[in-house]
Amino acid sequence: MEAKDIHQLLVNRFHDRIKDFQENTFPNAVVVDGSSIVEVCGFLKNEPGMEFTSLISISGVDLKEQSKLMVAYHLGSMQHKHKIVLKVETDRNNPHVPTIEMLWRGANWYEREAYDLYGIIFDGNSDLRRILLPDDWEGYPMRKDYVYPKRYHTWNV
Amino acid sequence: MGVLENSLPPNMLFTTVDKFLNWSKKSSLWYMLFATACCGIELMQAGASRYDLDRFGSVFRATPRQSDLIIVAGTITHKMADRVKKLYDQMPSPKYVIAMGSCANTGGPFFKDSYSVLKGVDQIIPVDVYVPGCPPRPEALIDGIIKLQQKIMEKKNLVKS
Amino acid sequence: MTQVDERFMYVNMGPQHPSTHGVLRLLLKTDGEIVEHATPHIGYLHRGLEKIAERVTFPQFTPFTDRLDYLASMNCNLAYALTVEKLLNIEIPRRAQIIRVIMAELNRISSHLIAFGSFSSDMGAFTPFLYGIREREFINDLFEMVCGNRLTYNYIRIGGVSKDIPDGFIEKTKEFLDYFPAKLKEYNEVLSYNAVFVKRLANVGVITTDQAIEYGITGPNLRASGIKWDLRREEPYLIYNELDFDVPVGKGEMGTIGDSWDRYMMRIYEMGQSARIVGQCLDMLPQGDFTAKVPKVLRVPQGEVYVRAENPRGELGFYLISDGSIKPYRLKIRAPSFANLSIFPLLAKGVMVADIVALIGSLDIILPEIDR
Repeated sequence: MEAKDIHQLLVNRFHDRIKDFQENTFPNAVVVDGSSIVEVCGFLKNEPGMEFTSLISISGVDLKEQSKLMVAYHLGSMQHKHKIVLKVETDRNNPHVPTIEMLWRGANWYEREAYDLYGIIFDGNSDLRRILLPDDWEGYPMRKDYVYPKRYHTWNV
Repeated sequence: MGVLENSLPPNMLFTTVDKFLNWSKKSSLWYMLFATACCGIELMQAGASRYDLDRFGSVFRATPRQSDLIIVAGTITHKMADRVKKLYDQMPSPKYVIAMGSCANTGGPFFKDSYSVLKGVDQIIPVDVYVPGCPPRPEALIDGIIKLQQKIMEKKNLVKS
Repeated sequence: MTQVDERFMYVNMGPQHPSTHGVLRLLLKTDGEIVEHATPHIGYLHRGLEKIAERVTFPQFTPFTDRLDYLASMNCNLAYALTVEKLLNIEIPRRAQIIRVIMAELNRISSHLIAFGSFSSDMGAFTPFLYGIREREFINDLFEMVCGNRLTYNYIRIGGVSKDIPDGFIEKTKEFLDYFPAKLKEYNEVLSYNAVFVKRLANVGVITTDQAIEYGITGPNLRASGIKWDLRREEPYLIYNELDFDVPVGKGEMGTIGDSWDRYMMRIYEMGQSARIVGQCLDMLPQGDFTAKVPKVLRVPQGEVYVRAENPRGELGFYLISDGSIKPYRLKIRAPSFANLSIFPLLAKGVMVADIVALIGSLDIILPEIDR
């Protein structure tokens, strides 16, 4: 199924909670309201004809100029071989996104990674700890305005 | 050959205590299996049949308690740095360190732009020999081990320096 | 871990442990010999590659992809080059495409050789490890001929490859292809069907098809669970759609579909298929350019792509956002081992401590790719 048709189906079902459709990206992206990401993902995963059974990845993106953080969910279907990107935007100063761990258990680590590097808090994640950096690390290094620290423990960074 | 040597039975050699001690140290440099990144593969290949590090008396041990030499093969991050120190502390003396590859020497390609890579393992533990390369070829590592052996041979054990 | 339960013993495995394939740390909660729970701790090799990508130019990032999965540098180079080329929208000469396939498949073999060798030494058989390295040295020599390095090649660049293949390369590769199938047979005789080896692996760490999809497992580990999914077939890139090769799938020959033995065996089968592909490519190699014309200062048009390729360990994807400048705005690396390891706590529940080593080895993870 074409991403355009999927977008249309989503709009029919979720109305104004589905925002933009980005045609110039590959795969095409749909911007979704943060509060309904779980429902949208659940719909895409289970609806016959869609069967987006694979969660390919979850990536954080810093949209500094719009003062927002974005989470991009790449979904794919092994059965129908189509792909789509769902995007959720959240406030840069207080980033909260609901977890989708109950749909794909593999999401847990991706969400922890986005938390670790961007500081996006995934509400409901069962184990939201730093995953790559040490527990006592300060700041979220993938943010565009991150300043590298001078010292860590007893040595220079 | 002096008169003294001819008057003694065979299989007897003369040397200084220093030389004997150093020779025995350098001839059994057991290295710890400590590979963090890319250099670890070259370390493995250096230990395998083509390059055969065993020729120099170097065989790998799985634990620091049995090792004389730690070859820091690969990138050390800030999260890992404390563990390296701990491993080094667990090794019995005399102990030696080879920093293998650019990452262990200086941070290598990650020097400028990375926030999480330690810029040189010598900030954490004392290094005897630096082997450059990214990664160094097994020949380079072998050269590093020979250099370390030369360094060991120059040590004075009985005289306070 | 916050609470310590005194009925159990806690064993810390790693980050320095010879059989964790790098700096993986596992915290095992054990009840006698049985593992109650295993918690992987990763990040001991987190080098901040994604941040580096935002600070260097597009071509400058290629050497960093070498260090992403150093056992399969060519494949990582390839996936990155494909990503940038997708945004640039340029045509790659056919000769370059075929050279890329040859290199990617040779690297797949050499990566699987390490998987085979280190797995066998994890299982207590050291000799097959030496066999694996012996054949790997052959491939290393081939790569040294084309690019001068043994491990980090930086050979497949944006637009093509860095230089044409040298004289004698084709003959030497053919020599390898003649030599290799007999060695594969030897591996099977020495290790694969060895009774002790099979006993240790069959029915251990079974990943069912549903679990595999739910955790996003890809590559040989996914195929071992019985799903015929290979990006070279499903989303053909380069010239893979013209090539004749099979996609091996786990059949549960020694036990259950998706057990550790199946995962191990996928790699042996795939090496044979990769050798087949290389043979076909050598025969169809045309004359022509080895690289397309790419400007020295590369400005990548504004846009956003996700491109994936089949790596020896699974699906390596790059999610690239470009704002039209000479540097990527955001480059997310979707690493196969990251997803493959995330299933580990589930697999490790209720197995013996000795099986932990078999599990890690059969998943064939590589840490720099997980930590990035």
